[in-house]
Amino acid sequence: MGNKQTIFTDEQLDAYQDCTFFTRKEILRLHGRYYEMAPNVVPMDYTKDPDVKLPMQLIINMPELKENPFKERIVSSFSEDGEGSLSFNDFVDMFSVLSEMAPRELKAIYAFKIYDFNTDNFICKADLEKTLNKLTKEELTEEEITLVCEKVIEEADMDGDGKLGFADFENMISKAPDFLSTFHIRI
Amino acid sequence: MAEKRRARDYQQAETERLSRWEKWRRTSSKSLKKALSEVKGLSSYLVLWRRDIRSIEGKFGTGIQSYFSFLRFLVLLNFIIFILMFSFVILPTIIPTFGLFNSTIAYIPPKNDICTIYKPSGNKGLVYFYTYLKDLLSGTGFLEVTSLFYGYYSIDAVWISIMRYNLPLAYLLATFAYLALSFLWIVKRSVEGFKHNLVHDADPFQSYCNKVFAGWDFCITDPNAARLKHRSLQYELQMDLQEEKLKQKIAERRMEEKLRIYSLRIFINIFVIAILSGCFYSIYRVTVFSQENSNDIGNANSQVNLLVQYLPSMVITLANFIAPLIFAFLIKFEEYTPAFEIKLTLLRCVFVRLANIGVLLFSLWSQISDCGSDKCKPCGYNYKLYPCWESDVGQEMYKLMIFDFIVILAVALFADFPRKLLVTHCSCKLVQWFGHKEFEISDNVLEIIYGQTICFIGTFFSPLLPAIATIKYFIIFYVKKIVLIHTRKPAARPIRASSSNFFFLVVLLIGLLLAFVPLGFSIARIPSSKACGPFRNFNTSWEVIPDTILQFPTGLQQFLFGISSEAFAVPFFVILCIIMFYVIALARAHKRVVEQLREQLVLVRSDPTLDSHNKENFRVELIFLGTSCNCNKVWLYQATHMQEMCP
Repeated sequence: MGNKQTIFTDEQLDAYQDCTFFTRKEILRLHGRYYEMAPNVVPMDYTKDPDVKLPMQLIINMPELKENPFKERIVSSFSEDGEGSLSFNDFVDMFSVLSEMAPRELKAIYAFKIYDFNTDNFICKADLEKTLNKLTKEELTEEEITLVCEKVIEEADMDGDGKLGFADFENMISKAPDFLSTFHIRI
Repeated sequence: MAEKRRARDYQQAETERLSRWEKWRRTSSKSLKKALSEVKGLSSYLVLWRRDIRSIEGKFGTGIQSYFSFLRFLVLLNFIIFILMFSFVILPTIIPTFGLFNSTIAYIPPKNDICTIYKPSGNKGLVYFYTYLKDLLSGTGFLEVTSLFYGYYSIDAVWISIMRYNLPLAYLLATFAYLALSFLWIVKRSVEGFKHNLVHDADPFQSYCNKVFAGWDFCITDPNAARLKHRSLQYELQMDLQEEKLKQKIAERRMEEKLRIYSLRIFINIFVIAILSGCFYSIYRVTVFSQENSNDIGNANSQVNLLVQYLPSMVITLANFIAPLIFAFLIKFEEYTPAFEIKLTLLRCVFVRLANIGVLLFSLWSQISDCGSDKCKPCGYNYKLYPCWESDVGQEMYKLMIFDFIVILAVALFADFPRKLLVTHCSCKLVQWFGHKEFEISDNVLEIIYGQTICFIGTFFSPLLPAIATIKYFIIFYVKKIVLIHTRKPAARPIRASSSNFFFLVVLLIGLLLAFVPLGFSIARIPSSKACGPFRNFNTSWEVIPDTILQFPTGLQQFLFGISSEAFAVPFFVILCIIMFYVIALARAHKRVVEQLREQLVLVRSDPTLDSHNKENFRVELIFLGTSCNCNKVWLYQATHMQEMCP
């Protein structure tokens, strides 16, 4: 487009375009959003790859994430340091996976990480209970929660170990008709 | 992100080792993709109502957003149909009137037959002003002689410099073209949803996994909408659990219970059929009454006449409003599972709406071909009452469309806003019980599909109707959006976006296919009017085509006759059946493979000879194979799992 911008070098923008599903404009816009969350901390000049991370508290207050019951899990799944703080790379990665253009398989990988609350690479009954409580704001009774968890495991668990491994989860998600349309955030 | 960068660097290192041809191919495909995404980005600005629909999605979720996307699709469809009719039918008639390009119109002189007497009133002389209003609303008077209706196109050919433009042929072909275009476009849009429904028919996926893992709409940004979504998810899960219990109860039903319920269902179905016949009969009688009395010249200038003309539209709208209420009331006694209840009620409502139009058209035709006591001997149709019957049918369609539009606006203005004012300001118990109106997606969708079916049928008789439909849906978008934002709360029982898109398109397709029937009948069976229209000199409208074919060179003629003969049609049909059976067998085979792979998975898990790493690989590959039966290709999957997959 020929705009003279000094936030990123051209190589950096190319790399971002290749590794995410965003165009140049969108990446610059994302940088704008990242910057306005903490203008004192985030530099305007990213050409030297500064090592800046924003804490989870700031990110989960973004309007796109504020009402999401899984916002903490989403941010933790994309955070590289395990404490939930996101660098700009992680930030772009997160919105790229959650954008419309990401394929189902990629979204399934991260959805699995999000719903796996105890990060043991399995979605067990406890994870499911936490998911349900977050979804319904703890309005379901104990009995209803147990029944629903049993049903979910019955439907999705294919190798009979009583919990969902990634392969089970992905197979189940590939058959869920709403997954692609609901698992996406517009930014 | 770091993994992706590593994968990217790995790929780049790989490309260094490739031949020049491969390198060029890869870089060119990359730059093409980038260019395409730029173009897509730019063209997304041209998409109509992009921002409005996004804000609706954020506030009310994807179910209601699908309704508005559907409305946008209909605006575009009607616009394209209008462009089609305009460029092939209306434009060639306008060009000679302004004398551009040295063009003239060729008229075939009328035969001075009694069939050709046609004197539309056209409002000559001094008339009251409200006559113009009345004409605008009912399509008679000054509107009847404009290019709005079929009767205006009494042209045989248009000479543009030295070229002869065969208008009758163009008119007929444009009709077929817009029908085919609508059909293809709707089918293309619904193919996605159909593929899904067909392959996953065995797994009833209105179920728990879908709700738990794909239930929360990540697009929601509004706190009210979030609260409603939480509540609706809770409601859905509770409903599903209740349905399970109900299913168990049904399975445990005793013989007497079953007998009682089945006999009740039969009785209720008979009652439903009785109601439907009542509706149809009343529409028939009202149409006959309206046609007889509005043709009475003595009443031509009174307001009552306008009411009489609108009587069929009013009765149809009333039937469309009352019948669904009755169905919703009756279905409770039939004791079906909740999901089936919804489907059956919707099916019945769809049937009522579309069949009402069919009955209206049928009663019109019975009037037009009313051949008792030799009224149609000279011309094949009732020439005294209907010298130009296509224009009359066009007028009825026009009236239906205008009345539908008026009703939608009136309901929004006089029912929704006052209701909201009452509920927010008056706190007496009765009013609070009434509550806010819910945005019933299916009712609204059936409303606009009804309007669209009228447009499909009416465009042949009234070429400007698609333009009116475009403007109507354009205004309805904004009206519904304002009503939604200001008065209603979203339905507690949500409709899922995926299945609802498919459902809307299927019903629209049914409406389109239904439109084929009356159009086919008018074009091929009923003799065209001899007093007006482009088909004056043919027996039926269809005759233009055999006429034109006879003017082709003999070789082409024989080829075309050969295609339409039985010698070709029967083998063609047989081959189509074979292809269909093959495809169905293929789908079944795929389903069986998936089942077998699933069983293998369980075996692999319990196989003691494989170690855990290999087991994991084997499992993943089996599942990958299973999903690739549904033709999923994954490159990024492999890239991010390269450590596990690569030896």
